[in-house]
Amino acid sequence: MSPDLDYIAWFGIDWPVEVEWALVKTGQILAIMILLLISLAFLLLFDRKVWAAVQLRKGPNVVGPFGLLQSFADFFKFVFKEIVIPAGANKTVFILAPLITFVLAFVAWAAVPWGPGIVIADLNVGILYLFAISSLGVYGIIMGGWASNSKYPFLGGLRSAAQMVSYEVSIGFIIITVLLLVGSLNLTDIVDAQREGIWMWHGFRLFNVQEFPSNLLVGAIMLAMLVMFFVSALAETNRPPFDLPEAESELVAGYQVEYSSTPYLLFMIGEYLNIVLMCAMTTILFLGGWHLPWGPVDHPALGMLVFYVKLWIMFFMFAMVKAIVPRYRYDQLMRLGWKIFLPTSLVAVAAIAYYVTFMQPAAAITAGG
Amino acid sequence: MGLDLTDYLPIVIFFAIALVMGAGFLIAAWVVAPKSPDKEKVSAYECGFNAFDDARMKFDVRFYLVSILFIIFDLEVAFLFPWAITLTDMPTETAQFAFWSMMAFLGVLTVGFIYEWKKGALEWE
Amino acid sequence: MLAAIAFYVLAAVAVISAFAVIAARNPVHSVLFLILTFFTAAGLFVLLGAEFLAMLLVVVYVGAVAVLFLFVVMMLDVDFAELKQGFLSYMPVGALVAAVLLAELVLVAFAASGARGAPLAIAETSGGVTNAEAIGLVLYTEYLLAFQLAGLVLLVAMIGAIVLTLRHRPGVKKQDISAQVGRRRSEAVELKDIRPGQGLG
Repeated sequence: MSPDLDYIAWFGIDWPVEVEWALVKTGQILAIMILLLISLAFLLLFDRKVWAAVQLRKGPNVVGPFGLLQSFADFFKFVFKEIVIPAGANKTVFILAPLITFVLAFVAWAAVPWGPGIVIADLNVGILYLFAISSLGVYGIIMGGWASNSKYPFLGGLRSAAQMVSYEVSIGFIIITVLLLVGSLNLTDIVDAQREGIWMWHGFRLFNVQEFPSNLLVGAIMLAMLVMFFVSALAETNRPPFDLPEAESELVAGYQVEYSSTPYLLFMIGEYLNIVLMCAMTTILFLGGWHLPWGPVDHPALGMLVFYVKLWIMFFMFAMVKAIVPRYRYDQLMRLGWKIFLPTSLVAVAAIAYYVTFMQPAAAITAGG
Repeated sequence: MGLDLTDYLPIVIFFAIALVMGAGFLIAAWVVAPKSPDKEKVSAYECGFNAFDDARMKFDVRFYLVSILFIIFDLEVAFLFPWAITLTDMPTETAQFAFWSMMAFLGVLTVGFIYEWKKGALEWE
Repeated sequence: MLAAIAFYVLAAVAVISAFAVIAARNPVHSVLFLILTFFTAAGLFVLLGAEFLAMLLVVVYVGAVAVLFLFVVMMLDVDFAELKQGFLSYMPVGALVAAVLLAELVLVAFAASGARGAPLAIAETSGGVTNAEAIGLVLYTEYLLAFQLAGLVLLVAMIGAIVLTLRHRPGVKKQDISAQVGRRRSEAVELKDIRPGQGLG
């Protein structure tokens, strides 16, 4: 459909059909949101269980069998707690900050394709949309830190802003390397470029022996990009070992110090949703999305299942890193972001572009274009 | 694949539902939870003493430098997006020209990056 | 129809929030309204079919530039009551700039309505090419000069920012990673044969 100023052309369908469409979409959105929230409840428990297992503890095991209902109990506890707003706080911004974090974390999921054809909004610029929304995550944290009008949140917000901003640059460059191989900004296209099998997954191009020897160059670079994307994702979501904004030994709980009750809950949901979003982005960009390692998947339900399992595997990686890696110091964090990741990803962009322009076999160009 | 505006409407709906849900959580606690603030409870958190003054203070100019540098690199990434997706669509000759054109662009910025590095702007003190 | 409603809602929000940027007493609220204005502008771009530009507007302006603004306004501890003291003395200059801008806007509006439809028509992208691709196909080859100049502008901005803001604090201890990693056993450890009850002396 071509855009023109005669707006009616887009929506010139009969009114009832339009209403039906809106209702169906709303239903799909609600389904995705509920799926996300329920998954989140169990992911939170999973996170704590993994952490506990690494430290030879049992973790939450009282509420429900194996502690399965722990997150739901936590939810009700949050709701029944008093909302404390500090006297010196800027009330509007104080309440707005967690709300923004929460809403942005959800809205990003609108463009995420769960399976073949299972996507709320299949945008032409899908990856750019995710990049844009994840770059807004910093607002909730700065606003929360500033509005509290208290020393620890202020310092936490400050640190967090500089940190997230530093790693976003390398995330941008890493995304570019994938786009060079795909040639499209659409997320479904990005996944389908990896449909053949694990040797076409961008993280594992090393296995693409048909293209020997160029697969060694591309494979090594893309594997490095996968690792760097994962590490940058840890920094971008303030996860350990980069959890300096909320390092409890220095800043108590960082920007969240003054938050209680459901405002805190919103921050927490937002934070974990962002982590899961980063898992989804890693899966889509590097790990073949909903395709199986040995071949393509075209059945929507099966595709969704594969994607979902991959999300959990990625989240397991996040949880393990939290359990086993010691925290970075702030100067080391900035050094890693600006002096190692930035130049490396810049060189990788140049190398992959060189491969795409000069070395890629002609057949691949026509197939990829 | 042209532009389809109906792709963007679900995002608006999504936004609205998320906003309602978030606000719902806030209101739920507002209604259900007890409200008994006292002077100590609403004072800013400190390690055992009352906060001396306003928490908002001047801080290291380095944080501004980081965010300015971020803007510049973010713009650089913005220039890379259309280039990355069209490189395979062009005829070979044009693609090679576009490649070198981008390398010149990146080269100029790499000069800036090296300057930055040598000046110590990337060191955190 | 729906698109028309969307246009009027977005346009109204854009104008109102832009007004609120200059009217808000609290500078942080001003920046937040500015962000809202950027967002509605991005929405208008989407309505025009320029989805790539819309996303870039969000990435660059909301995700980067406004973060810097917010940073400065929140953390710089500027006394705004004091700033507002000199408001009247700057009034004539400000009014002059505003008048020039207004005149330009009016001129543009008349030029647009003079040739009705023509300047507003959107360049049709041919054969199912998304507008990101349409930009990519010409920017790096046909508009090479502008593109390289943009690179130079960014270079100047980078150097300018460093020259203006970089200050080194004296007496800061830094970690030298390469020295740390490159340390040998021979430099770090010395073996001494110690007799019982005598110590190193």
